[in-house]
Amino acid sequence: MAQTTAAVRAEKPKRQKPPKYSGMSRALVRRETMWAYLFLLPSLIFFVAFVVLPMFICVFYSFCEYGLGGIKGFAGFDNYIKLFKDPTFHKGFLNTLLIVVVAVPSVTAFSLWVSSAIYKMHAVPRSFFRCVFYLPVVSGSVAITVVWKWILNPYYGILNQVTGNVGFDWLGNSKTAIWFIILILFTTSIGQPIVLYVAALGNVDQSLVEAAQVDGATKLQVFWKIKWPQIMSTTLYILVITTINSFQCFALIQLLTRGGPNNATMTIMYQVYDTAYRLNDLGYANAIGVVLAIIIAIFSALQFKLAKTD
Amino acid sequence: MSANTAVKTKRSTDLTGTSTGYKIFAVVILVLLALFFLFPLYWIVTGSFKTAVEINSKTPVWFPMEPTLENYIKLFSHPAMKWLFNIIFISAAAMVLTCLTAALAGYALAKKRFIGRGVLFTIIICAMALPKQVIVIPLLQEMTNIFHINDTLWAVILPTVGWPFGVFLMKQFSETIPNEILEAARVDGAGEIRTFATVVLPMIKPGIGALAIFTFVNTWNDYFLQLVMLTSEDKWTLPLAIANLQGEMSSDFGLIMAGAALAAIPIVVVFIAFQKYFTQGIAMGAVKG
Repeated sequence: MAQTTAAVRAEKPKRQKPPKYSGMSRALVRRETMWAYLFLLPSLIFFVAFVVLPMFICVFYSFCEYGLGGIKGFAGFDNYIKLFKDPTFHKGFLNTLLIVVVAVPSVTAFSLWVSSAIYKMHAVPRSFFRCVFYLPVVSGSVAITVVWKWILNPYYGILNQVTGNVGFDWLGNSKTAIWFIILILFTTSIGQPIVLYVAALGNVDQSLVEAAQVDGATKLQVFWKIKWPQIMSTTLYILVITTINSFQCFALIQLLTRGGPNNATMTIMYQVYDTAYRLNDLGYANAIGVVLAIIIAIFSALQFKLAKTD
Repeated sequence: MSANTAVKTKRSTDLTGTSTGYKIFAVVILVLLALFFLFPLYWIVTGSFKTAVEINSKTPVWFPMEPTLENYIKLFSHPAMKWLFNIIFISAAAMVLTCLTAALAGYALAKKRFIGRGVLFTIIICAMALPKQVIVIPLLQEMTNIFHINDTLWAVILPTVGWPFGVFLMKQFSETIPNEILEAARVDGAGEIRTFATVVLPMIKPGIGALAIFTFVNTWNDYFLQLVMLTSEDKWTLPLAIANLQGEMSSDFGLIMAGAALAAIPIVVVFIAFQKYFTQGIAMGAVKG
């Protein structure tokens, strides 16, 4: 095991970019370009047809009045203006923000703690713990959500039976519902960060750590001064993917609360779906989708900025 | 004097943090957490074998005392085999197509210098940061109005293949191929296709393994896409069917747990069997390129 990690570490600097243009004849550049696009073609067809094109359609529809009977006309910025006055969107925006602000830091900090506790373990317990924390991710959001629905059931749920609260509806209460959504989201979110942190911590330059220890650095100093900077890019990646996942948390809400009670668990993502398929207002749904994409882009850019200035 | 140094050294080892007290504390917490994370899965599997009386008991039943198959029999009175087949077909087809297209594209991005390379790579990175679910609604319009494949399994498969994460991952792996080897193949007179098939492919095999398992698991669990695309009952996937059954008969937890077990267990087995590839792939995808 130690050998393989050493090998991985030794291989790392070997990543090579393609040869530079200099030293390549014009004919060769042309030939390389032609072959590159031939190799890229199958992938590009799918990418353009099923990612780029729908993005444009999304933006286009957001400027349309598009109800049950199809497109009724150009709406200009009406859908976007409506959004600023829509109390459901306000509630959804605040809830989404709450989910992101609570889930992202706790997922990141918690997965860092678990990883630092397990990465030095023997390979067997390490794989065991990594696997256990990843299981809710692989089991799938639907399976996990339906079992939680049973666990939280007012009468037949194990939670109330054990705590003696039989009859209390955690998901039907506007104060508690969102916290259970966040808790379940948390359990399905930490698997990937743990895998990433365990790999990153295993790749920390051991000679620096040893040098610091010889100089009498404490464990905490070694962590913050030596390891933390080296796992910064992993942290950044984890922040970005956890943020995107939290913004897009959908199955949980659709299967547990449908945004209720009284919009207490409404999120931007769920409102996109609800507006499109229950209210049949596709123009407005796409406008909310565009705004969601912009909000996520801003969050990701902010995280990159913050991590860079560190 | 000597007592003083002794105190100092002791304190510094304590601060180094390897105190056994902390270690025991950490392991206890980890084990408790592991139990908490395993519980939902345990509850699904045991619940699927419980009798209706045990399911609807108002006192905790921790283990099925009279294990029964009635939940599974009820599940298979629905077209559950069809649903299972649908989700396996969707995940497998998406896996094969993604690996094929992404291996070719990732190699080109990593090892060819061509006009438009930088722009293309930037577009791919930006697309990956965009929320996938936002484009699902316009995607349905596209499937209905342009391709006329709405409510077919392909409406779930094709968009999954278009998602550029695979290209990104394969580019990361392809960059580890030394340029000299490709150069040597060219000097030996191997054409582009032969170089790819005989030199590149064998070298990025672990990467393809990682991408395959990653795509399979993610496609299996992409509930939102399945929900929007598949409407008729014989096109449902198992996860989608459980979600829909839960909506219809929300109190028959035995039946729903049987469905959840059937949906979760195969994928958990696949994950445990290929865990090494999987974790390697996740870690590789995160490395900035």
